Amino acid sequence: MKAFEHYAPDSVEELLELLKSKPNAKLIAGGTDLLLQMKEGTAQPETVVSLKNVEELGGFSVSKNGYRLGTGMTLRRITRSNELTQNFPGLIYAAGVVASEQIRSLATLGGNICNASPSADMVPPLIALDAVVQLVSSQSQRELPLSEFFKGPGESVLKSGEILHSIFLPQPSGSMIYSKHAPRKYMDLAVVGVAVRLAKKHGKINEARVALGAVGPVPFRAEKTEALLAGQTLTTELMREAGEMAAGECVPIDDIRGSAWYRKRMVKVHVRRNLEALR
Amino acid sequence: MKKIISFTVNGAKQELYLDTRKTLLKMLREDLELMGVHLGCGGGDCGACTVLLNGEPVTSCLVLAVDCEGAEITTVEGVQQNGELHPLQQSMIEKGGIQCGFCTPGMVMNSLALLRENPQPTETEVRQALSGNLCRCTGYAKIVEAVLDVGNAMTNSKEAG
Repeated sequence: MKAFEHYAPDSVEELLELLKSKPNAKLIAGGTDLLLQMKEGTAQPETVVSLKNVEELGGFSVSKNGYRLGTGMTLRRITRSNELTQNFPGLIYAAGVVASEQIRSLATLGGNICNASPSADMVPPLIALDAVVQLVSSQSQRELPLSEFFKGPGESVLKSGEILHSIFLPQPSGSMIYSKHAPRKYMDLAVVGVAVRLAKKHGKINEARVALGAVGPVPFRAEKTEALLAGQTLTTELMREAGEMAAGECVPIDDIRGSAWYRKRMVKVHVRRNLEALR
Repeated sequence: MKKIISFTVNGAKQELYLDTRKTLLKMLREDLELMGVHLGCGGGDCGACTVLLNGEPVTSCLVLAVDCEGAEITTVEGVQQNGELHPLQQSMIEKGGIQCGFCTPGMVMNSLALLRENPQPTETEVRQALSGNLCRCTGYAKIVEAVLDVGNAMTNSKEAG
């Protein structure tokens, strides 16, 4: 591993100020991805800035509009929150199927997002919940839907000197389910990750979200499938059609975890199953 | 590059001058000679290096030592109570949960974290909690049995007295 200088600022202000003078610094939160890359030599930062002491990033707050989650929250902490579990059971399920207990004690919400892996388990559920990301730098502050945060595998819209400060989740409407397809029950990456949220009114769907992971360069919303579902009554036929349409919206690759053909098939199955569970 | 860092390991305060590249695992083994912390995969997959960091189980191969400023760390060496094996360690021996012993410290530390939070876990809960600890000898059955058994025993002894 290449030698690096290490800083551990105590506040967001201090952190942003530091990033101004060290534009190429790498931020380390849990380190479960970055440290691996540094060991392998695929990342060779000269400066590492730890987020562990920045308390402001570590918790969550509630307002009448929704929830603001600090990106420094570890996945373990998220799974242990009764309030989040009550309001976002599908999201908490997703946090609990990431890697292992030991990794979840280290890995953070922000790290899972900023690593920008197409298979990140937290991302499809957050997108389905209409999550908004707050990006902050010493000069600016901006908000955008999480679905617009990713540019490609490992790439996001974050600029130099900018950090992912928090995630805003509106008060949940309807129910959301995330399902992860992987050969192993635990300690595995998603071959396919499917989050579906439906809000119903008088027996009809008035809002549908279908967010897919590991079946394209970035996690994304299957908007045609959402449009197909909106305003409809959920029938067996519609669930089958929605599965097929979602499979058609994917652009997966063949890799060691699964072929593109297989991934599309699994999207079809998981979209249908999640809809059945939400009926 | 080096940095001074202070923290507590197994109840004793420590202050060390460390290379920023050093992982918590290497620091515990090389600087403090706590050889119960085992290096398996070095990538967070096998769990042999599991220690408790502020009470939570972590793979110490994926933690920078310099990120542990002010932390409380417990390794398997700090689990014994007044010179006696912890009931969980005793149970691992009695149930045959140890064969080659390489995974054992990690298994013990992760199980301990589970039992502190959930003193009477179900078999599924034990298997789920230990999913990040690989064992190539026992087939897991005896380890799971050892954890389940000590959970019951610890609860019973508390009720008894």
